[in-house]
Amino acid sequence: MYAIRRWSVRHSRGLNSFYRRFEMVLATLHPLLSRIGYVRLERPVAALEEAIKGVLFDCRMCGQCVLSATGMSCPMNCPKNLRNGPCGGVRADGACEVRPEMKCVWLEAVEGSTRIPGGDAALKSVQPALDRRLRGRSSWLRVAQEIGGQREP
Amino acid sequence: MSLEGGSASDHARLIPSGYSSHGRLEKVLRAGGFAVTTELAPPDSAHPEEVYRRARIFDQYVDAINATDGSGANCHMSSLAVCALLTRVGYEPVMQISCRDKNRIAIQGDILGGAALGVCNLLCLTGDGGQAGDHPQAAPVFDLDSISLLETARILRDEQRFLSGRRLTDPPNALLGAAENPFAPPLQWRADRLAKKVAAGAQFIQTQYCFDVELLRVFMRRVEDLGMAGKLFIIVGVGPLRSAKAAIWMREHVPGLHIPDHIIDRLSGAADGAREGRQICIDICQEIRTIPSVSGIHIMAYRQEESVAEIVERSGVLTGRKPWIPGDGLNGSRDVEKAPLRSMALPQ
Repeated sequence: MYAIRRWSVRHSRGLNSFYRRFEMVLATLHPLLSRIGYVRLERPVAALEEAIKGVLFDCRMCGQCVLSATGMSCPMNCPKNLRNGPCGGVRADGACEVRPEMKCVWLEAVEGSTRIPGGDAALKSVQPALDRRLRGRSSWLRVAQEIGGQREP
Repeated sequence: MSLEGGSASDHARLIPSGYSSHGRLEKVLRAGGFAVTTELAPPDSAHPEEVYRRARIFDQYVDAINATDGSGANCHMSSLAVCALLTRVGYEPVMQISCRDKNRIAIQGDILGGAALGVCNLLCLTGDGGQAGDHPQAAPVFDLDSISLLETARILRDEQRFLSGRRLTDPPNALLGAAENPFAPPLQWRADRLAKKVAAGAQFIQTQYCFDVELLRVFMRRVEDLGMAGKLFIIVGVGPLRSAKAAIWMREHVPGLHIPDHIIDRLSGAADGAREGRQICIDICQEIRTIPSVSGIHIMAYRQEESVAEIVERSGVLTGRKPWIPGDGLNGSRDVEKAPLRSMALPQ
């Protein structure tokens, strides 16, 4: 929902610090998740993730979540799927070129990033091209596997 | 440069050290010249002469010609084909690549193909949204964005590999460019976005139309503050407005276009709007010419292509320099090559 999505950007600081703690929990759970089996967990966790992030961010389940680097404004809501900043078509009033009824998601991202510690630097880092195979898959499980995996001896 | 039997490694041998391409635009820019580029509206035709007729209009006034890639999301002859026709007679095209219509497989293929056909300059663009054009039913691709496209081109050229990691035998030696719009929100973040483009591989930018030199100066100051002034060549977009009515229409309908009221007032106060539009453009060119870290102008004169000659001539931006014309020999650019090399640290 658009109103909730905008609320999330206004509360990017709290959501980001909550997510950081959540990320640590995920990493701690890695041995357990591993035992249950990431393949088996994929569908239910992805469904849960889609439900929660769908409400909060209008998440599109790209599978490579960068919300912490975009001020909690999901860049996949940009009609051009831009992951590295706004296009040159932003209207003078800040509305999207393609969908004028919506504020440019990157204007939201710039605003949301100011509330996140290190948000400005994250916003300026170059995001690589999306891996389209990960669409619909859980970012949470990927993070648990990546961070948790690194902790393993 | 030879089309017959010339391999890419022949091309590579022609590249002076410290250069990315063997193109004349890069030579002009690195020599510290004030470059003039323009845009060729690709024809709705399969006849090559249509392309040459459009290119000839710019003879002796421009250093490079942009071949647009479905600009405004309208269908025309492809950018790669226009470039191939232009390089055949020695013109220096800037091949525009938009992310709207092609995925990374097609784009990387076009970059290699373009370089093989003699394209020395790429302009990496996101592309206008499909809603703006004549085929709003089409699937928008946007597999890459302008920045990941830049990075893709840089990897092809500098790391000699595809995004997949597979090796290239010969890299596409091209100067990499991008667009920037210093006049659209978020204004304070536009230079930061440019820094991302530089980090991704941009060596030059061509901007959206500039009708507000003050805003451009603010942007340039920020560019300098970020330490980018010596790291890329900035070519500012300009163009003649036809009338006050046309300007108001453009302001409302062309994405990202900013035309201040005082420009509209000047146009509506004039007896001959088109003439005043050209004069405004000339005045803006002269003002831009005085900004030290600006390296050139990009004249976009859609359906007024004949006015490019007048704008270049009367603004005096070339200060007597004569850009290449067919018949000058393929490697010659008259006086520019003899000019001393301005050392500019470009991102590798």
